[in-house]
Amino acid sequence: MSESGGGTERRLVGVVLVSHSAAVAASVAELAKGLAGGGPTAPVAPAGGTADGGLGTSAELISAAAASVDRGAGVAILMDLGSAVLTVKALLAEGDELPPDTRLVDAPFVEGAVAAVVTASAGADVAAVESAAAEAYSYRKE
Amino acid sequence: MLDADFFRRWMAATAASVDREAERLTALDSPIGDADHGSNLQRGFRAVVTVLDKEAPDTPGAVLTLAGRQLISTVGGASGPLYGTLLRRTGKALGDAAEVSEAQLAEALGTGVDAVRQLGGAAPGDKTMIDALVPAVGALGESFAAAGAAAEEGAVATTPLRARKGRASYLGERSVGHQDPGATSAALLIAALQEARGE
Repeated sequence: MSESGGGTERRLVGVVLVSHSAAVAASVAELAKGLAGGGPTAPVAPAGGTADGGLGTSAELISAAAASVDRGAGVAILMDLGSAVLTVKALLAEGDELPPDTRLVDAPFVEGAVAAVVTASAGADVAAVESAAAEAYSYRKE
Repeated sequence: MLDADFFRRWMAATAASVDREAERLTALDSPIGDADHGSNLQRGFRAVVTVLDKEAPDTPGAVLTLAGRQLISTVGGASGPLYGTLLRRTGKALGDAAEVSEAQLAEALGTGVDAVRQLGGAAPGDKTMIDALVPAVGALGESFAAAGAAAEEGAVATTPLRARKGRASYLGERSVGHQDPGATSAALLIAALQEARGE
């Protein structure tokens, strides 16, 4: 990613969206980037479904997506449910499967993804991206 | 004492058993899960046997950590990270000894089961693989046969329970009356220990 006006290259936090469905992961990534507004957005990669296109979770797709969005500023991973959560936790426990400073972000998937991508695109660090996404839990709909 | 060959035979015996029982595991996973437990584990343990043949790790710890890593990579469902963590942590607890005693295996497997409990947040009685693994670890100090029987008993005892973890938990009362597929496959893993020694 290039800088957004300053003289020096800004290293933005990357965001990975893990869903049991490739279509859901890709659509939420598109939605989050679209709502992040004009200007450069943080790198976002979907990791949906299994490697052969089925419903489920692929550790390989998650590792590859995290590597693809890593700009050295950390990576925030959001996931939907069940095996997606367990797989990300297991990869983090491996130690060397994900870029340095990769965080499992405990947030609602769609709302958290939008908050994470908007915050990361504004140049925030990984802790700020994580807390912005987690804050989406406090937004009640009634 | 148990060497790397024993642990390779354990994984091969588990893979063979999962192959034989895949349809039954999937049938158990149909009413309360998403009907893929048998095929997911079959894919995972076949991949474990392949990678163990190819890389031929030469200590018990290395066999189990490689097997666990392979399960996390290939299964595609929740059983991948759960079984993967079980084997990987057990393997790490065994360290790099060339041979381990049954008592050391029992202790290491206890460490692995604790890691699974932490990862999935499940306790005994939640209708999960933990309900077979915890009694198995308790009986492992006695004999492999006792551990196999305890695991099988634990799996059968999940039938009247209401699921509190995983997809089955969304079904509430409707999960009652079905044996848990994860506890059932965990019993296969433990039963394969005895087979690996040729008992």
